[in-house]
Amino acid sequence: MTVMQPSPSPTRPRLTALRDRLLRIAELATTPLLPQDYLDMVDPLRSGAALRGRVEAVHRETRDAATLVIRPGRDWLPHVPGQYVRIGVDVDGVRQWRAYSITSVLGRADGCFTITVKAIPDGTVSNHLVHRTQPGTLLHLDQATGEFVLPRPCPGKTLFVTAGSGITPVMGILRNLADEDAADVVLVHSAPTADDVIFANELRGMAATGRIRLVEQHTDTAGMLGAADIAALVPDLAERSTWACGPVGMLEALEAHWAGAGLADRLYTERFRPTVIAADGEGGTVTFTADGTTVDADGATPILDAAEAAGVLMPSGCRMGICFGCVLPLREGAVRDLRTGEVTTAAPGDGVVVQTCISAAAGACQLDH
Amino acid sequence: MTAIQKKSDNPIAHLTAEDIELLGKQLDAIRQSVLDERGESDARYIRTVIDVHRKVELGSRAVLLASGFPPAWILGTIGLSVAKILENMEIGHNILHGQWDWMRDPKIHSTTWEWDMASPAVQWKHSHNQLHHTYTNVIGKDNDLGYGIMRVDEDQKWAPGHLLQPVWSFLNACFFEYGIAAYDLELGAVIAKGQTKDPEFRRRGKEVLRKIGRQVRKDYVVHPLLSGPNFVPTLAANFVANVVRNLWSNSVILCGHFPEGVETFEKRSIEGETKGEWYVRQMLGSANISGGKLMHLMTGNLSRQIEHHLFPDLPSNRYAEISPQVKALFEEYGLNYHEAPLPQQVYSAWHKIFRLSLPNGWLDNTTPANLPKQLVKLWKMSTGSRTVRRRLTLAEMAG
Repeated sequence: MTVMQPSPSPTRPRLTALRDRLLRIAELATTPLLPQDYLDMVDPLRSGAALRGRVEAVHRETRDAATLVIRPGRDWLPHVPGQYVRIGVDVDGVRQWRAYSITSVLGRADGCFTITVKAIPDGTVSNHLVHRTQPGTLLHLDQATGEFVLPRPCPGKTLFVTAGSGITPVMGILRNLADEDAADVVLVHSAPTADDVIFANELRGMAATGRIRLVEQHTDTAGMLGAADIAALVPDLAERSTWACGPVGMLEALEAHWAGAGLADRLYTERFRPTVIAADGEGGTVTFTADGTTVDADGATPILDAAEAAGVLMPSGCRMGICFGCVLPLREGAVRDLRTGEVTTAAPGDGVVVQTCISAAAGACQLDH
Repeated sequence: MTAIQKKSDNPIAHLTAEDIELLGKQLDAIRQSVLDERGESDARYIRTVIDVHRKVELGSRAVLLASGFPPAWILGTIGLSVAKILENMEIGHNILHGQWDWMRDPKIHSTTWEWDMASPAVQWKHSHNQLHHTYTNVIGKDNDLGYGIMRVDEDQKWAPGHLLQPVWSFLNACFFEYGIAAYDLELGAVIAKGQTKDPEFRRRGKEVLRKIGRQVRKDYVVHPLLSGPNFVPTLAANFVANVVRNLWSNSVILCGHFPEGVETFEKRSIEGETKGEWYVRQMLGSANISGGKLMHLMTGNLSRQIEHHLFPDLPSNRYAEISPQVKALFEEYGLNYHEAPLPQQVYSAWHKIFRLSLPNGWLDNTTPANLPKQLVKLWKMSTGSRTVRRRLTLAEMAG
């Protein structure tokens, strides 16, 4: 039997090409602005616009977690359950990008998707999203991405190990699990108290109907689960494929245990920020991504000076922080403003630019240049 | 006026190195207080101004589709002039200064912004942000002092060609955006040095021509064509709006550094300059325009030129609020906070342009009674040899 693959409609790319041509013509009348700048004033979610989303509703999950219902722009592509989306939100006027797992079922009737955010102490973005975001807020989006997804076909026996907000990608998976794939699912989830369990009712409901086996660990009273404890709770561990999401310490302990048991290839883990940025203010290695040049810079020397001393051809201007002629994108790492002592950190995709003439390395950093 | 170091009554002679150091620290503290507070309301401010600009521009262009109808022509031309002024001053100038880079919004960023102006943003940023703001009012270093075509300081040697300076200045004001483009290209110096074949100059020249091409096509071809039978009135409206914008921005910029009493500095004096000394140079090398909120908005807050020159990277909407603190520091250190209403500052700047189009001292020494004698002297200076000119100049300055 052959399966008919639905072919993409031939009119759509043609329409897109026509639209692009019209926009280029319209640009003759709008230069130096783009026609898109005006269209954004009317319909920021239209097809062809930079990808954005509008918050339609905010539902409280626990005292420090909330689910945001987001209507994505029309160019949004369906995600695979377990994937995350990078979200850009203006907090105190500054665009901040963070990644959050998508928790909704696929193909919602209203065309929206949801993310579930737990406010972490001192978390700039998470607190803003959970406590201060109103419906109507416009967010900036990337397409969903991520490898933390179930393979096709789905393995018969699965184990999910999660802690805190680590439940979110797993919830995205569980909600979309077809009946035949949900044959034997175990979820071991840790949270400080019963009230802190995000999606508590839904998870306990799934357990009550026998769809999953749920092990809840309330760590304030029962303590943390070690990797060995999990192995005791799930005796048939070796027969299962395991997906884990939670704090880095937990993931590392699981990886060590699974590797020790010779099961390393059956464990899939999810980290949102793969590298912890060490901002010690003591200088660091500055890498220029264009040609891979590295420069060791101390914590008191402007990156511009250190790079030039090492023979890197750098853009520069006033060399005193006023002209912005030296700004370069900080792809990753931390720098300190030598005038104020303020530390700026960046992860890939954050879109952070820094003035190299008044910034010193505050840890290892990568500059796009 | 003459470079501050040559003055008999040097206005900073009473300041010790420690004073200047302390003053610098106090100014740093003012800057820091704004950085600490900078946030959502500032972001909302610039986005609102951008939104208003786009609506006013769009609305005016729509009205001008009917520009054959005189009231529509007048309304559309006024609206377009206002939009172009907002775009150049409060939006373009300040975004290109990096005042809004902290928002990390790629659409409102000094590295991505392009403005409705003949000069490409990237070239203007170099000549303005790097040269003018770093070497403010340093004779021989800051090309903004007369833009290389004018004599705006006694210390610049007078030549007969300067007699035409008022005419040049007026033409430059009308077509200011092209003047700026040529200036950013250093066109005068390149031609004088015979470097027009330099590949880098050619590349930048092409970039300017492309930008001018797009601008001209928009204002003088596309929009007039869209107006159909009203082609000519729309073209005229766009021309007038550009000239109004040019005259306005030229006036505001003249007010910033050219009024009488604004100090200039010798090249030597900035060798090894400290941050505090740099601040003092900015304080004395700039002048403010007094006025209400609308004046500040339409000048892109360059009405707060002193505050802008002290802190060119602070968001413009904050200059008004720090201005009393800055003014208090001027008083504390016995310095002159140069501030006056727009007409007075514009008059003062143009008076200087006229005065310096003439040999040093000539205008001051001329009275209705000695006018014929003075004119003869001016004729001799203009037509005589360099030696004659030097002898007569010395005599004129002796009074």
